[in-house]
Order: sequence, then C-alpha cells, then structure tokens
Amino acid sequence: MNNLLEIKNIVKTYGDFTALNDVSISIPKGSVFGLLGPNGAGKTSLIRIINQITMPDSGEVYLDGEPLAPKDVDYIGYMPEERGLYKNMKVGEQALYLAQLKGLSKREAKKRLKYWFDKFDISAWWDKKIEELSKGMAQKIQFIVTVMHKPKLLIFDEPFSGFDPINAKLIAKEILQLRDEGATIIFSTHRMESVEEMCDYIALIDKSNKILEGKLDDIKREFRSNTFQIGLETANPKEVEAKLKESYDVYPADFRTINDGLKLNIKLKDIRESNNLLSFLTTKGQVQHFEELVPDANEIFIQAINKNI
Amino acid sequence: MSKLKLIIQREFNAKVRNKSFLIMTFLAPLLIAGLGFLIAFLTQKNDEKVKEIVYVDESGLFSKDNFNDSKTIKYQDYSAIGIDETKKKVENGDFYGVLYVPKKESIELLAKSIEFYSKETPGMSLMGVIEGKVETHFRNLKLTNFGIDLKKIKASKINSDIKMFNFSGQESSKLNNALKIAAGLIAGVLLQIFVVIYGTSVMRSVIEEKTSRIVEIIVSSVKPFQLMLGKIIGNASAGLLQFLIWGVLIFIISSVLSFVFGIDMVEMQSSKIPADQLSAAKETVSPDKLQLLIQEVYRLPFLKLFILFIYYFIGGFFLYSSLFAAIGAAVDNETDTQQFLLPINLPLVLALYVGVFAVQNDPNGPIVTILSMIPFTSPIVMLMRVPFGVPWYELAISMALLLVTFVFMVWFSAKIYRVGILMYGKKPTYKDLYKWLKY
Repeated sequence: MNNLLEIKNIVKTYGDFTALNDVSISIPKGSVFGLLGPNGAGKTSLIRIINQITMPDSGEVYLDGEPLAPKDVDYIGYMPEERGLYKNMKVGEQALYLAQLKGLSKREAKKRLKYWFDKFDISAWWDKKIEELSKGMAQKIQFIVTVMHKPKLLIFDEPFSGFDPINAKLIAKEILQLRDEGATIIFSTHRMESVEEMCDYIALIDKSNKILEGKLDDIKREFRSNTFQIGLETANPKEVEAKLKESYDVYPADFRTINDGLKLNIKLKDIRESNNLLSFLTTKGQVQHFEELVPDANEIFIQAINKNI
Repeated sequence: MSKLKLIIQREFNAKVRNKSFLIMTFLAPLLIAGLGFLIAFLTQKNDEKVKEIVYVDESGLFSKDNFNDSKTIKYQDYSAIGIDETKKKVENGDFYGVLYVPKKESIELLAKSIEFYSKETPGMSLMGVIEGKVETHFRNLKLTNFGIDLKKIKASKINSDIKMFNFSGQESSKLNNALKIAAGLIAGVLLQIFVVIYGTSVMRSVIEEKTSRIVEIIVSSVKPFQLMLGKIIGNASAGLLQFLIWGVLIFIISSVLSFVFGIDMVEMQSSKIPADQLSAAKETVSPDKLQLLIQEVYRLPFLKLFILFIYYFIGGFFLYSSLFAAIGAAVDNETDTQQFLLPINLPLVLALYVGVFAVQNDPNGPIVTILSMIPFTSPIVMLMRVPFGVPWYELAISMALLLVTFVFMVWFSAKIYRVGILMYGKKPTYKDLYKWLKY
C-alpha cells in the first residue's frame, strides 16, 4: 500500500464525550481525500490530531510509514475552517513569520512568497495590514501561507468558504495542481458538489465513527440502486405504465424536459436488464430520456448517515 | 528553540511597535514629571498667600507673644475692638478669620469654648497650627499653676538618638531605616505595577490570537507551550525596555526641570509633610545630615538588592503572567475575564498592603515572614524586607519555593492554555478549567 498517512484506531475523548471512536483511515499518496461528515462528527478533532495540536487517547498516526513526530509539523500545511491572521500585522511580515515557523529560512521564505504573490498578482499588498484587506483577499493570503513551505500533506478545512466563485475556482485549480506536483490533500467539507469535483477518495465520519471509506467511484457503485429515469412520448401512457409495473418497481419521476410525455423512475433488479427495458420502451413510443440515476456524493452522504442512526 | 526565538521576537515587535506603547513610553514620563512639578509649583504658590488672622481675647490670658507670625500666617490683636465689630470686618474680607477667646472661670472650660469665625472653612493644617498655639499656652499656664518652673521643663528636654547596630557591625540609623523602607517600597510597587500591566498585556495578546483565530495556525507549527512562553518572554522584554526608558527619561526630565525652574527637591518633599512633623524633618535634613543621607544611600546593599530584585521580578512575573495567559486562553473576550482576575489580583494587592504597613512596623514579624515565603506574595513582600536584612535561610526557602511554584504554575497554565485556545463560544467555569487539566 502506498499510503502517505495511516490513521490507526484513534480514540479521543473530552471528559465524558467521545469525539473519535476507534477511527482508522488510510490516505493514499497523491490523492485528494475528502473527509466528510456532519457538524460535530469529529472531523476537526481528527485534523487536530494529525496536526499534533492535540494528542489522541490511544491509536497511532503514521506519516510516510513513520510514527508522527514533532518535526513533522514542517511537512504539513493546515488551513483551518476558522481563518485567522494577525489583524494589525503587515501582510508580508506576517507571511514571513508564519513561513519561518514552518522551518523555512528567511531568504527562502521571501523567494517563495514572491513567487506566490506574483502568481496571484497581489504584490501590492505586501505592506498592507490584514485589517485593510477584504475577506477574500485575506483568504488568498491564508492559502499562500498554508502551501508555501511545500508540505507533502495539505489539510484544507472548508477551503472554499468565503471565496467568490471565481476565486474558489482559482483555489481549486491550485489545489489540484499541488496534487499533481505530488502533494497529498485532505479536504474537509460539507459542500458535496466540490467533493464530486475534487476528491478521488472519501471517508465519512458520523457521530465519532467512521462509517464509510474508499474510492469515490467504488462507493458510488456500491450505492447505485439500478434505477433509471425515463421519458417517453407515447399515445397511451396509462397502458405503458401498467405494463411496466408488471415487471419492475415503478415510481413517478419529476424532471424537467421540453416535452410532456410519460416520466418515470424504474428500478431494475439487475443492471443488465437495462437493454431489455430500453428495447421495450422503443416499441411503445419515442424515447426522449433514458438515464441511470447514479447517486451523487450528497445522496451518499445523506443515505449513509440515515443508515447510521 | 529557534521557533521560540521567532515567537519572542514577534511578540516583542508587536508590543513595541504598537502606537499606544510608544505613546505610553515617551509621554508618561513627561506627564509624571510635569505633574510632579506642577504640584510642587502650585503648592508653593498656594502657600505664599499670607493669611491674616485677628484674635479677640476677653480672658486676658493671651498676648501677642503667644501668636508668633509665620511665613504664611500673620496675627493681630483686635481685643480692643470687640468681637462683634471684628466679625463684621472678617465678613467684609478685611481679614481671613477671627479667633474668639471668651472669658471663663477655668482654663478647662475656656479650652472648650474658644471659637473661630471665617468666611470659608479653614484648612486642617491652619486649624492645627492655631490649636497647637492655644494648647501650648494653656499647658504652660497649667504647669505654672502647679508650681512647676517652665525653665526647668525646657532644660529637661533632651534629644536621644539611639544608634542601631546589627551583627554584621553596620551602624544603622532611623534615616537609614527610612531609606530601606523607601527602597523596598519602590521595588515592591514597581514589581506590582509591572505584573499588572504586562500580565494583562499577555492576556490581551492571547485573547487577540484566539479571537482572530490565528492561534490554530500557530499551534499547528509550534507547541502551545512554546507559544505561551514566547509570549511571556516577549512581553516581559518589552516591559523591561519600557521601564528602562521611563527611568532614564524621568531622570533626565526632572534634572532639566529642576535646573530650569530651580525647585529644590528637598524643600519640595518637606512641603508635603504635615506641619507638626515639619520641624522634626527639618532637623533631620540639616546640612551635615544631608551628607549622612548620601552616605547612607551608598551603604544600602545595592548589589544584593539588584540581584534579588531581578530574581523576584522574573520569578514573580512569570508566575503571574502564566496565569494571565491561561485566563486569556480560557475566555473569548476581555469582559469574561473578570471572575478569573479577582483571585489573581487579590494576593498582589494583599502583598502590597502588607508590605507598606507591616514591613515598616516590623520587617521580621510573623505575618510578614510567612507572606515573604508564599510564592504569590513573596516577590513583593520579600523585596520590601530585603533592605532590612533577611536571614539567608529564609531567603533560600523563599527563592526555592518561588522557583518550584513558578515551574509548576507555568506547567499548570500551559495545560489550561493548550485546551483553552481551541475552545470557542462558551464561557468556562472553574469546573471546566479543572476538567481541561485532564484532557
């Protein structure tokens, strides 16, 4: 297994409250790994343990096969959900300070900052104070200080909150580029559309337990229900529907088309029956719509959590 | 280690570059020195106004000899004019006030029935002076009545000045004692001010990091303990720098001002002492004694004082500021700090009061000795005791206790700090803080 991060049997309690209950997750090298879960599920607790901000009660974390050690903080970049910078410190000075805390020399930090400031075209902000910048501008600085020491593991907690769509896209592009350059990315979010877009792997944490983990495509396959959405222009919709009900589970469907025909969701017993269904439909009228309903991340999320109750 | 250095540097810079720090550092000495001289100047001017007081004596017991004029009070005998007429004159503003001595059968009765009329309520010191004159005269009259020769009484007056020695063979004097009290007091008060100002500053800095949420980024790079330590050391260095600048500036400004305005420091000080102590004080600061004063100042154990001052200063500051840091970490905003600040301020205030009152009376008394052992009060109380000479073992116990407690407190605070900086939203109780210790 080529995993950058191995989380093994982590237990973390705060007093009587169990934040993480025997959680194990493997994060493959070079992936974008979505760490999903409702509020209060334990994501932040896990992220803090990976960052060595808090220590687990039991269990181990391995980075590149070695148990996590204090020096490893220099190889991790972390952007917390609650963004924060020193309000009355100058942008450049602040970025330099944070880079040096991550173990960069002053000279090296300056060089890399220049690269990023040029890339984002924000060199003019160097001597401004954070409180003079807009929220979106501060977010860019935050992103830069997270990635500038070229960590092998990057942890983003809700990276797109606070960005407008254009800047969110810019950041998403940068994150994917960092992955392509070899970084491994942990991506914690509630926004499922960004999961679809970005993540190769996901893990779902709910009520302190991991309830789902794997490659996003595999999980989708697991959650598919063999349901097809069909639209049919036919002279005799009632008869067709009655006929379909004889062999399949049929539910009313509601989707938007420019035609008013018969719209149904049809659940097959086996995915291989799809051809039979299609040929049957073609004999009854004009097929306008034929699509497998693949669960998106959002549905998987809701289904998995409802199952966990 | 180099990360700690970075943090110290940042905290120091953040503090020193702050506008309010610059203003406080350079304006405060100007204000203090200016205010001091303003007070001295005004007091001088105020005293220069001569008060004219008349007396109407119907008893016939007083003469002008009993009312010697002073620089600011002049007396006139208006007995011939009568009290009613004189009162009118006072009302018209011809004089400041009138002292009325009626005729009575006995001195005791008379002593209770003397009256003073004036347009405005006279100051305490003025009444003190007049009462003193009347009392002296009555006492002399009674002594004469008892058949005691006043001359003999005068001749019996003797000044005794007990010379005090300790066993290291040093001669000490009352003057020396006063100096020791002053030296101890200055050291103790400085420490208290420093702890409160810079402890609060550490606390604010923690709260600021917490509310701006940068703390999570910082602690993903350094240990919370390093961050806390860096903060304390950074703030302490900024504070020491400020004190140093203050000291130098106050010295320069007061030298310049006293040179320009010619205000005599010795006179300025004596003008603050109430009238009845004035003569005694003047006696003490006679020219040859002034030389003694300087000698005595030089005879204070400066090196020992200085070393101990630094030790208790650092120990005391770390002890308290680590607590301040823990409080800052526990809360979300400054208004929530009140309930936790009280138990911190209490020992500080207690130490200062005990220092001021008890150390003066008996620098080796039991309460003082105990408080100079307890680490939360020892920095202030012990510093006040040191000039009087403290047995070496007491000093050793006190210093050791401070060191142990200081290390323990930093560890204890770091635990609360570590948990607290990542807790938002809820105002914690003492019970919560106790739970955090076990996380």
